[in-house]
Amino acid sequence: MERTVALAGNPNVGKSTLFNRLTGLRQHTGNWTGKTVSTAEGRCGAYRLVDLPGTYSLLPHSEEERVARDYLLRGEAEAVVVVCDACCLERNLNLVLQCRELCQRVLVCVNLLDEAERRGIRVDCAALSRGLGLPVVGVTAREKGSRQRLLAALDALWGTPAPARRSPPYGEGLETALQHMIPLAEGERLPARWLCLRLLAGESLPASAALQRAAEAERAALGLTPSEVEDLLSAALSAEATRLSALSVTGEEQAYGRRDARLDRVFTGKIWAFPVMLLLLLGICYLSIRGANLPSEWLSVGFDKLETLLRRGFAALSAPPWLEGLLLDGAYQSLAAVVSVMLPPMAIFFPLFTLLEDAGFLPRVAYNLDRPFQCCHACGKQSLCMLMGLGCNAVGVTGCRIIDSKRERLLAILTNSITPCNGRFPLLIALLTMFFAAEGSAVLPAVLLSLVLVGSVLLTFAATALLSKTLLRGAPTPFVLELPPYRKPQVGKVLLRSLLDRTLFVLGRAAAVAAPAGALLWCLSSFRPGGESLLLRLAVLLDGPGRFFGLDGAILLAFLLGLPANETVLPILLMIYRAAGGLEDAAGLGEIHTLLLQQGWTGVTALCTVIFTVLHWPCSTTLLTVKKETDSWKWTALAALVPTVMGLILCAAVAALGQ
Amino acid sequence: MTLENLRPGQTGTVLALRLEGALRRRLRDLGLVEGVRLRCLGRSPLGDPSAYLICGAAIALRKTDSRRIEVEVEPWNAP
Repeated sequence: MERTVALAGNPNVGKSTLFNRLTGLRQHTGNWTGKTVSTAEGRCGAYRLVDLPGTYSLLPHSEEERVARDYLLRGEAEAVVVVCDACCLERNLNLVLQCRELCQRVLVCVNLLDEAERRGIRVDCAALSRGLGLPVVGVTAREKGSRQRLLAALDALWGTPAPARRSPPYGEGLETALQHMIPLAEGERLPARWLCLRLLAGESLPASAALQRAAEAERAALGLTPSEVEDLLSAALSAEATRLSALSVTGEEQAYGRRDARLDRVFTGKIWAFPVMLLLLLGICYLSIRGANLPSEWLSVGFDKLETLLRRGFAALSAPPWLEGLLLDGAYQSLAAVVSVMLPPMAIFFPLFTLLEDAGFLPRVAYNLDRPFQCCHACGKQSLCMLMGLGCNAVGVTGCRIIDSKRERLLAILTNSITPCNGRFPLLIALLTMFFAAEGSAVLPAVLLSLVLVGSVLLTFAATALLSKTLLRGAPTPFVLELPPYRKPQVGKVLLRSLLDRTLFVLGRAAAVAAPAGALLWCLSSFRPGGESLLLRLAVLLDGPGRFFGLDGAILLAFLLGLPANETVLPILLMIYRAAGGLEDAAGLGEIHTLLLQQGWTGVTALCTVIFTVLHWPCSTTLLTVKKETDSWKWTALAALVPTVMGLILCAAVAALGQ
Repeated sequence: MTLENLRPGQTGTVLALRLEGALRRRLRDLGLVEGVRLRCLGRSPLGDPSAYLICGAAIALRKTDSRRIEVEVEPWNAP
């Protein structure tokens, strides 16, 4: 029979890594707080493992804690493995003690023993096990035997009947109150003692009216407010954790060491923090541009060869021309354009990003940039969502769950698409290279792209400030951010993982949209009532408004038709201009440049298009994600309106100045 | 004095938490309770927030929050 086991633990204790090693599942692991925002599942032998979000406690202060606790309360898991960081065991024990109160079968897994040893910390697992009355198993991050030891300890859990739940002594007053209440709570669905404690601390949980009244009466008899009860409870847990760690740990507990402090003096120091961040940004842009050109050409040549073969096949089968048009000129060509333009920069960007993430650099960005967010009454963690948005806005919007306050989360969601995602990079790079960095190396385009990105950050600040002064007013909520120890990223694994999880995932999604969009485009351009294709008619219709904003009808139409995927904007645009039907594959920037100049493009047109690429409606996937996250069409509409209105205003201003 | 005034490199002991609600509980979860020692690791490049070493982990707090935590600074700096 398959048993369900939950994996709980503080953030940054290597829980997800352990989970991946146990299940072989490639769940993405990152070195910062709040990575797992919902539960992940995997199989390991006879067990179904559920990875809970990293939490410091089971009191639901944040979304992650709520997810973790609700899962444990449902009682679906027959056992809980609490993963602890050996470098700061005392703090981790808080969660262990809370789990011991709530669940019957608990296994404590002390992780990162090797890391602790390097810092002169020794954990006596046997002593800890005696003190806790729970089985304890020590493991290291990388050693192979760890997996076997953990599984053996898990198997051993079922040998004995389930032990009783245990909690530390809470002092005479509370214990007497509990004695009075527990008989009333026996019939409840939730564990009796735990439920009584939570009711005494003033939490509203489903319980009989008699029990609710009893909790109030007992609290009144003790002369305590709910928050005073909560303080007593957490003080008792802290004292117990201190006692247990004194029993089992030798050496000074320190996850954050001297090396981390030295690195932080550079990465978060007054002088170097911003130059280092800018240099990293520039480096990523440079490598994305420089490294992407050649593979893009190879891919495009490959797709051409395949197309020739396919055409021969169609001819051999004597397929009707409309079918060949729909499938090859429409779906296939647009798919080929998207893949060959998108894959190389993504295959470079995502691994680089994952390396920084693994090393623990990303929370430092949030730390460095918190001040301006504070001025906007927003949360510093928003910068982490923006960084995720740099890869894919839909991912960035989902990532906003790491922000606890609802108002601040909305601010982050609504402004996320101002950060240009990877799908918009090729268009930006092409425009910047063609019009503003005509000759030579990849350095100038990289500098320009970095400037655009810095500009998008400033625009995000502006939008956030505007929203928090109008629609989303409110005081900033407390901000607590853990700066995890720097870790040496596992380069090989990072490359493989980010290629599999992120690159192929985002590419697959874009490709799935690009093919049907290409087919639709082909229909629009081939359907010619009265001699002129629908596509051209639409472009002519939009030309007036387009010109007002420094664009033209074709550009506006390309952005509208590119709603399913931003990657398709450039191919669509070229197709409209060529008006020949079918996306012709990338013929090199020089040729595209000539084509655009023939269509009357100037520097102003290019600049306005760059602005509009950064500031327009998010792609349909992102919009659907916003709907899912906010559960409101109003906020979804606003997520589209905010960047679009900003973009149109800026474009109109540039166009007016340019004339 | 309050935690806000603890300078980088200085070590202090927490005397009282003058906070309510979510932050109080969150800080307790992180080990920031009365009587605990902590050290100011540094300030972020724009001056706020600051990072503190609490129970072996580096935690960043904003001034608006840290000024509500009473600490007693130790007369000597931790080695």
